[in-house]
Amino acid sequence: MSAPPEIPAVPDVRKKLTLKVFGVGGAGCNAAGSAAQAGFAELEFLAINTDSQALSVTPVAAKFVLGASRTRGLGAGGDPDLGRAAAEEDVEKLRGFCNGSDIIFLLAGLGGGTGTGAAPVIARIARESGALVLALVTLPFEFEGARRQLQAQTGLQRLKAAADAVICLPNQKLFKLLDEKTSVLEGFAISNSLLTEGLRGIWRLLTQTGLINVDFADLCSVTRGRHAASLFATAEATGEKRAEQAMEKLLAHPLLDGGQVLTESDSVLISVAGGPDLMMAEINKLMEPLRRQCENAHIIFGAAIDQQFAGRISVTLIASSQPQHDKPAMPLPLPEVSPAASVPLEFLDPEAKDRPASRFVAPPPTITDEKKEQLYRGQTGRARKRSSRLQKELPLEIVFKGRFDKSEPTVRHGEDLDVPTYIRQGVPLN
Amino acid sequence: MFDSSSIIVGLEIGTSKICVVVGEINAAGALNIIGVGQARSRGVRKGEICDATLAAEDVRNAIVEAEQMANVEIRSVYLGVTGNHVRGFNNHGVHPVVSADREITAEDVQDVIKNAKAINLPSDHTVVHAIRQHFHVDGQNGILNPVGMYGARVEVDVHVVHGHIDRLKNSIAVVKGLHLEVDEIVFTGLASALALLSNEQKELGSLVIDLGGGTANYAVYAEGIIKHTGVLAVGGDHVSNDLAYGLKVPLGRAEQLKIENGSALIETAIKGETLSTPGELGLPQKPINLEHLRRIMALRLRETFELIESDLSPLALLEHLRAGVFLCGGGARIAGVRELAADVFALPAFLGKTNSISGLKSALDQPEFATAIGLVKFGSLQQKRKPANGFADSLKKTIEEMFKR
Repeated sequence: MSAPPEIPAVPDVRKKLTLKVFGVGGAGCNAAGSAAQAGFAELEFLAINTDSQALSVTPVAAKFVLGASRTRGLGAGGDPDLGRAAAEEDVEKLRGFCNGSDIIFLLAGLGGGTGTGAAPVIARIARESGALVLALVTLPFEFEGARRQLQAQTGLQRLKAAADAVICLPNQKLFKLLDEKTSVLEGFAISNSLLTEGLRGIWRLLTQTGLINVDFADLCSVTRGRHAASLFATAEATGEKRAEQAMEKLLAHPLLDGGQVLTESDSVLISVAGGPDLMMAEINKLMEPLRRQCENAHIIFGAAIDQQFAGRISVTLIASSQPQHDKPAMPLPLPEVSPAASVPLEFLDPEAKDRPASRFVAPPPTITDEKKEQLYRGQTGRARKRSSRLQKELPLEIVFKGRFDKSEPTVRHGEDLDVPTYIRQGVPLN
Repeated sequence: MFDSSSIIVGLEIGTSKICVVVGEINAAGALNIIGVGQARSRGVRKGEICDATLAAEDVRNAIVEAEQMANVEIRSVYLGVTGNHVRGFNNHGVHPVVSADREITAEDVQDVIKNAKAINLPSDHTVVHAIRQHFHVDGQNGILNPVGMYGARVEVDVHVVHGHIDRLKNSIAVVKGLHLEVDEIVFTGLASALALLSNEQKELGSLVIDLGGGTANYAVYAEGIIKHTGVLAVGGDHVSNDLAYGLKVPLGRAEQLKIENGSALIETAIKGETLSTPGELGLPQKPINLEHLRRIMALRLRETFELIESDLSPLALLEHLRAGVFLCGGGARIAGVRELAADVFALPAFLGKTNSISGLKSALDQPEFATAIGLVKFGSLQQKRKPANGFADSLKKTIEEMFKR
């Protein structure tokens, strides 16, 4: 056909990534602090808070008092509006922090003032500066009250709209991990360590070259443009049956709701790290239940061999799903798939064309029903296939259990056997 | 009229029905079935009581029926237990022989079994059975009875069946509430195996699957000893439920369709065939696609067998089963289920016949009664053993203790 595409020069192939971690608000700074102490190479940490007193005890080298003139460094007092205002005030400085980074991790605890209010603003600024923004946030415990929950939800919505991916850790789910004797300190420490774990998993995925490599682009394809909650889980196991154990742990992870999340997700990234003794059969054992769980999902698989993991196996999983109503509104998120020629001109964002560095996404234009029809018909074969595949995932919102609704579920190998077999196996009855 | 000790009653509180079988040990010491009673079960889900009042009422009906048929008064029963919480595994016990001349005594045997029973169970679980498999004396394998032998160390392999203590108590409480004694509780999978298998079949190696209403209980015998037991809380109820959902019919109709038109296999000939039956009012109901019906059933049953197979295959037990697979319980009535089992396990499969006991032909022929008959057989074995070591008494005591707690 045409001339072969130009092969880029070798040194450019693997660009060195600049990664930054911003801890926003009290909880975010704590998490960033514990992550900083956990030791990450190549990661720059920055603690951002409106409360200068809390900031002073944060074990992070770089600190920034947000909105010092507005709050006088006394905190946002649990008011998200104040947090937001403080962040808006310091836009220029924040932009300076963001500049030149490829990926920015935001750690925040939603529900309070600074984290809830400022995090979405920072995410927006970071995104405008051209970085991929991954937010790892905690949602408050139920005992913290309805108001904080409400604030957290509002903040989460804003953050979802602003960041590339939001990974949520509802603290309430932590109770599954805790026993009677866990102290409050330990409880929050677990929350922090989960965030750190998440950070570590993604960081490892991005910085270390694997046998089957998963990199920046893969992560983007799972998270970018989805504006949806991604969930994150890691599991580690050692010993004879480590593959089975790791998978079992992963499927039983409190954040995955007993594997329920996996069935609903449409994109899953899984990265396995093991020692030189990692065996092919083990990878197979790992992937087998996963493949069964998320039949319709796009699975990206990576494996890395690291001496540190001798005798151990560590699995990191990121699953993300698009909310159902988003599907028609978002033709195709990836530029290489998007059939630009067939999309009418008014559908293209001229701004995005002029400034490719900025990844600001304009709000979807309002289109009439006829227009929508026309657009769908105009799409290529590949795009149509994709949407029909997605269509299949629609049912199973409510899992039917009939007469077993109230009884204890029978679970084997991560499957709820009370759900009809033909539904679980996806056998169609026409 | 009868001495109460010669009457043995088996009671199975099943998910779909409650079954009572009355056996009598005649003068010659042989077991004879003299009465059966049954009632539809309404208070049980997945083999466990979910409504004690209804269950008690149903148990009473079944007991009364059996009493009338056998013309006896039932005072105590052997009670079958099952449920998702019941688990079986093999354990090992060691005991040093202490006597001066190193002769192994009956006490040593009791002690080694006690050691084998002292297992690391979850705190809320209790041992239902500890069945001895083999003894080892100073490393010598395959000893069936070491009493009177000489050695320094006696070891034993036991198969332990254990269950959640409170959930076991639930069914015991229902029986006690009717002023009946519980002689012993018996895992139903074990009881079915006792009813169906001859000694020869146990020796050759057999898998017994009791396809009940709410659970599938299974037991593996090889080399004459019990190797494995298990419960899968999937049964006929699940089949009906799948049909009700898949064919969009009420549960009652699904149940009826399962019994009248069900099959575990999908014949290629039925593709596109439909079934229209008149409803209660004589008006034709929504036609049922026969192929869908069969497919839903076949998938569920195949999965059930496959789950059992996946439980057994890591233990390398399937290679030892030369006699084959024996099916009982209501699920054994499904057409083609034998062929399906043969296909999944790659072993010959049979419908179990309780032919090792004499008595009422009508009771012995039905696969549903296998468990209750097995309970009676278990009781007769216990009673024979009773004068020897009082083993049954000790178990009876454990049940009583369970209640005192």
